Formats: sequence, C-alpha cells, structure tokens
Amino acid sequence: MSNYSLTHLEELEAEAIYVIREVYAQFDNPAILFSGGKDSIVVTHLARKAFWPAKIPFPLVHIDTGHNFPETMEFRDNLIKEMGANLVVGSVQQSIDEGAVVEETGMNASRNALQTTTLLDTIEFNNFDACMGGARRDEEKARAKERFFSHRDDFGQWDPKNQRPELWNLFNGKKRMGEHFRVFPISNWTEMDVWQYILKENIAIPELYFAKERNVIWRNGSWLPVSEFITLKDTDEPQMKMVRFRTLGDITITGGQESDADTLEKIIQEVASSRQTERGNREDDKRSESAMEDRKRQGYF
Amino acid sequence: MELLRFTTAGSVDDGKSTLIGRLLYDSKSIFEDQVQQIEQTSKKKGLEHVDLSLFTDGLKDEREQGITIDVAYRYFATPKRKFIIADTPGHVQYTRNMVTGASTANLALILVDARNGVIEQTKRHTFIASLLQIPHIFVCINKMDLVDYSQEAYDKVVKEYTDFAAKLNVKDVRFVPMSALHGDNVVSRGDNMSWYEGGTLLHNLETVHISSDHNLRDCRFPVQTVIRPHSDEYHDFRGYAGRVAGGIFKKGDSVVALPSGLESKIAAIHTMTGELEEAFPPQSVTITLEDDIDISRGDVLVRSENRPEGQQDLDVMLCWLNTNPPRPRAKYVIKHTTAEARAMITDIQYKMDINTLHRMEEDKAIKMNDIARVKIRSTKPLFVDDYNVNRVTGSIILVDEATNETVAAGMIR
Repeated sequence: MSNYSLTHLEELEAEAIYVIREVYAQFDNPAILFSGGKDSIVVTHLARKAFWPAKIPFPLVHIDTGHNFPETMEFRDNLIKEMGANLVVGSVQQSIDEGAVVEETGMNASRNALQTTTLLDTIEFNNFDACMGGARRDEEKARAKERFFSHRDDFGQWDPKNQRPELWNLFNGKKRMGEHFRVFPISNWTEMDVWQYILKENIAIPELYFAKERNVIWRNGSWLPVSEFITLKDTDEPQMKMVRFRTLGDITITGGQESDADTLEKIIQEVASSRQTERGNREDDKRSESAMEDRKRQGYF
Repeated sequence: MELLRFTTAGSVDDGKSTLIGRLLYDSKSIFEDQVQQIEQTSKKKGLEHVDLSLFTDGLKDEREQGITIDVAYRYFATPKRKFIIADTPGHVQYTRNMVTGASTANLALILVDARNGVIEQTKRHTFIASLLQIPHIFVCINKMDLVDYSQEAYDKVVKEYTDFAAKLNVKDVRFVPMSALHGDNVVSRGDNMSWYEGGTLLHNLETVHISSDHNLRDCRFPVQTVIRPHSDEYHDFRGYAGRVAGGIFKKGDSVVALPSGLESKIAAIHTMTGELEEAFPPQSVTITLEDDIDISRGDVLVRSENRPEGQQDLDVMLCWLNTNPPRPRAKYVIKHTTAEARAMITDIQYKMDINTLHRMEEDKAIKMNDIARVKIRSTKPLFVDDYNVNRVTGSIILVDEATNETVAAGMIR
C-alpha cells in the first residue's frame, strides 16, 4: 500500500492552488499583484497550475514606482509575453503628476509609501474585487496575523480587529460594493519554502537574486545599488562588490548582501544558514517598529 | 519531510508565548535581527532579561498591553519536519480565534502551570480541541522550576488532566514537564528532571505520526470550478477542479455526481506536471470524466457505493463567533465545502458549559464564544458527513447576509 502523505511543499502547493481557485470562483474581477519578485512569480506559477490547461483567466497588475530595477522590468515583460497574459500597470509617476501623491525628498526618499495610493486607484479604476499577492505570514510581524482572504474596506484599509475568522478551508469572500479583498495564497510558505519550490519546479527568476559584481554603496547596514534615483552623500564611496538581493523592493530601498551564491542551490544553502531575516535589509520596514502595520492600515499590499 | 500544524493555547500568565519563543530560539529559528529587536524592546520596557514573548506579540496594541489579541502564525522547521504554529489567545473572549487556529491543526499544545494544575481555561481549551477533533494533544506542564521540578507535582497534574479528559473524545494525549523560561525539556532535556522518561517537546513534535489523520476511506471531491480552455489543443477539455476532501480517487473509478445523481467514470486525473493514477486528500487536482454530464461548483463527486445523504435538517455543534447574538428566525448563508445555501437555526437544544461539560438545557441564549447544540434547516440538501469522520465535509460556517461576517462555525453530528 502506498504511503498517502505529501511532502510539505506538495501540501503547501495544494493549499495555494485551492485558494487561487476559490478566488476565481468567488469574485467577479480578480487580479494578481505582480512585483517581479520571487513571491509574486511563485504565485503566478501556482495560478498557471491552478487553471491548467486553460490560461490564467485574469490579469497581472504591476504598480510601477518608476524606481524599479531595470532587470525586474525586463523580466516582467518577458514573462507576460511567454504566458500570453494580460498586464495592467498602475503608474506612481502618473499619480505624482496628477497631484494625487507628493514625492518624498531628502537623503532617504523613497516611492514605497506612494504605491499605496496608486494601488488603490488602480484597483478602483479597474474594478478589481480581489487582488492576490505573494505576501507570506513569516515575512514580518504585522503579516503574521493576516488571513488568506483579507478584507479591505471601501478605503482599501485593513483593520486587524475586523478580520474574519477563517475556519477549515471555508473562505468567506462576501463583501459590499466598493470593498475588495486581498488574498494571499502563499501565506503559509516561508522564505525557504519559496526557494525550495523555485528549485524543484525550475521557475525562472530575475538575475538580481543571484550574486554578481554590482556597483553599490554601503548604507544603513547593507549594500545599496547605485542608481539615478538615489542621492549620494560626499562620504559615499561607490564600489564594485559581489552582491545579491534577498528581496526585491524598489532600487532605492533594497539593500544587497555580499555573497558568492550564483546558483539556486547556493542561494538555498545561504538562506538556510542565514542569521538575518529576509526583509532585514528593507529600509521601508526599518522606518519604525510598526512600519508595515501602519502601511497596511492605510491600504498597502 | 511532512508539514505539521499545531495550536498553542494557554493564558497570558502560563508562559505560552515564552514557550514558543523558546522553541524557536533553541531550534535556531529566530534570526539575529529579530533577537536584536526583542533585546532593544525589552530594554526599553525596563526588563532585566530578554522577554521571548515579545517575539510573538506582533501588533502595536499587543506590544503596548503585553497580551496577544489575535491568531499569529509562526513558522519553523527542523531537518525532520516543517511546523506551522497557530498561536492563539488564552482569554475566553477570544475563543473564536482559538477555534480558527484549531480547525486545521493536527495537534494541540495545551499549557498548564505546574503550580495551578487544571484550571477553567485548561478545560475550555481541551474541550475545544476535542470538539474540533484535533487528533493529538500534548499537555505541557510548565514552570516546573517553580515547583522544584517535583515529580509529585507533575503526577498530580497528569492525574487531574486525565480524569477530566476521560469524559471527552480525545485520541492521543501526551504529557511533557518543562520550564519554558529555563529551557528544560522544550528542545533540550536539561538536568533538572532526570525522573522524566518521555522525550522533549520538540522530539515529540518531530515524531508524532500524522499521515493517517486524513479520511482515506470515503471518497469526496467537492467541485470548486470547471476548467474549459476552449483552445485548439484542448478543445473539448472539461475538467472539474477541486481538492480531494476524502478517500482515494483512481483513474477509471466509477463516480456519481451529487446532487444530480448522474454517473460516469474518471477518464483522467490531471495536474500541470502530468496525470496521476490516484489522488488523495489534500491534493488539488482536475478530474475529467468519460461522459459529458452537467457538473458545476458546489457539486460533489463520490463513489456509487458510498454516497452521503443530502440533508436539509442538520444536527450541529455550533460555536458562535460574533459579538451580536443570533436573531430568532434570522436567515444566514451556510457554506459547506464549495456549496452554499441559506439556513436558519430552528432549534437550540442546549448550551455546553465547557468548564463542567454539563449540558445547560434551560439557558438557550447564545452569545459570542458559546458552544451549543442546535438544529439548522438549510434551503437545499447538503452532502455532509459527521465531523468526527471527516473534518472537511463535516464542517460548515454561517455568514450574516447583512454584515457579511462569519458568525458561526459548526460541526455536524
């Protein structure tokens, strides 16, 4: 008699596919929030599996801050072409030009927080009633409490006290007009799970994740890539370093670590013995102790 | 390696958060920057030692008040298993959170203070674990350092708990004496309790047998959605996508679609990476049939010789999750696997006093966190199983149409 048990990756995959199918079944106009980072790439891959042999029946949405790594944009465009998928882009630059948001200034300026406005506007404009993202509960304190189906009010806001109980696998996606849901199919995946899955399934990811010689400056405990979007101080010394990025945010806030992990296997080994959390080098999270929670309350991813 | 989901329940003072912090810390699953953050916050609070419970208190309010107010999911892995912890609050007003975390758990950790033994909360949590049919319960008898690591104190608690749990339907109960604060028997044994012959908590978590916990006997495949590519390559493909809720489906099996009763055979079991010869819970697959019969979301595929009966009158153990009590004759949406109908609570037979396990037949006023046995009438037949036979097909939720809130969780008897 065979052993009817699944490995943890198989079980997590089955759960995520189940959640994605529920979204399609329960909502009229869902979308996948695609950042070009490994988590949203994995969610997209899972969505392909969920609907195979049909195409993914809804679009990918990218909130473009204008401050992306060029590699991320290229990767996105290639993936869309290969999948024959629909891409909807929300532009933060456009929000700035329209006066909807004001650009930050100063040494630590970033467009990260501005994304929330663009995201909410894009959702409203396209009438998306459910947006799926690659957020995981192990990433950050404020995400540890998230549900799979996260209800957002008509301002797009998240209230931790109002999250619905989620029992068994019965997801309640009912809502009023104007409200929407964020859904996180890989809520139970850890960073290590994501990497192991990428390896197992041979999923293509941007080369930023792999170690390469890059032009960087040392700032706030990590190697920040030199780009047209950051302000250099007189004391900054740009140098070429073998650096890789563990998480991909905007080029202005994503710090890399020194590494020689230029293959998936080496990355996995490094992550396994790592003493720092994945988002430890995210400047946006460091702004305050409750940075993520505050942004979520306002409607962030 | 397998995945194990477990809940942790205990009061604020039992040291549950310290236990989780210790589990993660000793198994090297907490990262340096997280430790630094806790150290900084502990200092700011004027504490002498690093407060490991700070690691699990995630939200602002909680950190300010020093208590946990929601379900927090923690993840760690050892070379033997991957673990998901659903950390739930101990206060009675958060029963709904505990029920949430417990619903998908393989195992419950129940924390008891060695000095106080079995208290009201212990009974309540144990009852909930039993009600939610969590297959394994580990009773952590904590703060053994405060009773001089006495075997007598441990034995006393074991006896108290065993006597209480005898009245319930709990299958596998184990006991571990420990000190989460000092680390004894959580991940490492320590030297203080050489009289204890069982394994550490972590050892038990890594080795407990869980692969028989799914129902592999009764075939149940609730259809989530129908997949129709309409493409050149898959022009006639009509696949029923869903997650196996019970039993083992094999290619070639004769199946019946309910409620229609139409029969066919499984032509193939598809996944993107290839066809499967058989599918079992909790796999997500797409099934194609030999005949073109009309099946849609909410229908369930079963074997002819093992059909659940469609029931409109349901006998349910209900846990009320909402601040507002049920209104008499109110109509709710009832969700059962992928099916949906409307329903009414037609009779309240009794409430459970979960401290004494007595049935209270006079007090029928259901409030938040109450557990009651009720009769529910649904507008259409639902193909349910008893909850203690199958947790997926034996569970329902009620949704209030006016507020869209999930107001109750129910287990079919």
